[in-house]
Amino acid sequence: MPNKTRPASLKNISTHYCSGCGHGILHRLVAEVIDEMKLSEKTIGVAPVGCAVVAYDYWDFDVCEAAHGRALAVATGIKRCRPQNVVFTYQGDGDLVSIGLAETFHTANRGENLTCIFINNACYGMTGGQMAPTTLVGQPTATTPWGRNPKSGEGWPVKLSEILATLSGVAFAVRSTISSPREVIKTREYIKKAFSNQIENKGFSIIEVLSPCPTIWQKSPINAMKWIDEEMVKTFPLGVIKDK
Amino acid sequence: MTSSFEVNINKDKCKGCQLCIFFCPAKHLKLSSDLNKKGVKYVAKKEASKCSGCGFCFLICPDYCIEIYESENI
Repeated sequence: MPNKTRPASLKNISTHYCSGCGHGILHRLVAEVIDEMKLSEKTIGVAPVGCAVVAYDYWDFDVCEAAHGRALAVATGIKRCRPQNVVFTYQGDGDLVSIGLAETFHTANRGENLTCIFINNACYGMTGGQMAPTTLVGQPTATTPWGRNPKSGEGWPVKLSEILATLSGVAFAVRSTISSPREVIKTREYIKKAFSNQIENKGFSIIEVLSPCPTIWQKSPINAMKWIDEEMVKTFPLGVIKDK
Repeated sequence: MTSSFEVNINKDKCKGCQLCIFFCPAKHLKLSSDLNKKGVKYVAKKEASKCSGCGFCFLICPDYCIEIYESENI
């Protein structure tokens, strides 16, 4: 059994994330997959606006920053100019599903040969916990303190992976979580498959990861993980949605 | 030939989320009684327990505090 140590593509520094935040786990998984596939010299990541805005400070490979929601548009430009590189975006629900939905939808529809890692924590974490498109029905947020109510015009949670899976350009759409070590291992395999798809020119791959935000959810890190398993998966069922 | 596992914990990176303590099947980990540089109670090893090397703590730690090394005992 190999030693379990920090991957080389992850810098040896402490992150700014809150205690129990899922971003740290996902940063490590991305770095592990890139190291395992020996892609660190040819990978270009695109960081979002949101809590992960300084992801480039933590990864030890090339990462650029995009305007809010435009990571997939920037990634399209990079990939078209440099098709020999492996290009991925790392975006939250505010970035990918809200302000950047037009870019997300049309990048997927064009079948751009990209990998998109979508971190879904059902809220706007960085700005103070406002309602996001992915907020669950009944979930209290800063802007829906009595819980999201579709009958008050607040809408229903957007199931982006299912929507994108209907597009012909999408090769791989999957929803997973990091709520337990078992799920972390599965998520790692999905990320690996999404990078493999890009190398094989299969088209657009999206991995949606249900991730905890204990600070905004006002739960302990352990209870946040339990809430994903008990509540979030009812709205956002796990598993492979499309594998072309 | 048997293997033993050494868990290395970087206490000053720990933010005290306790996910590793919750998921460790052997209950090998505990929360310290003192504070680290971040001002939180950090995760520490229990003195008399033996790590089986499953790696659950490494997998779930969001702050890269934990590393596990295997050594072979002949």
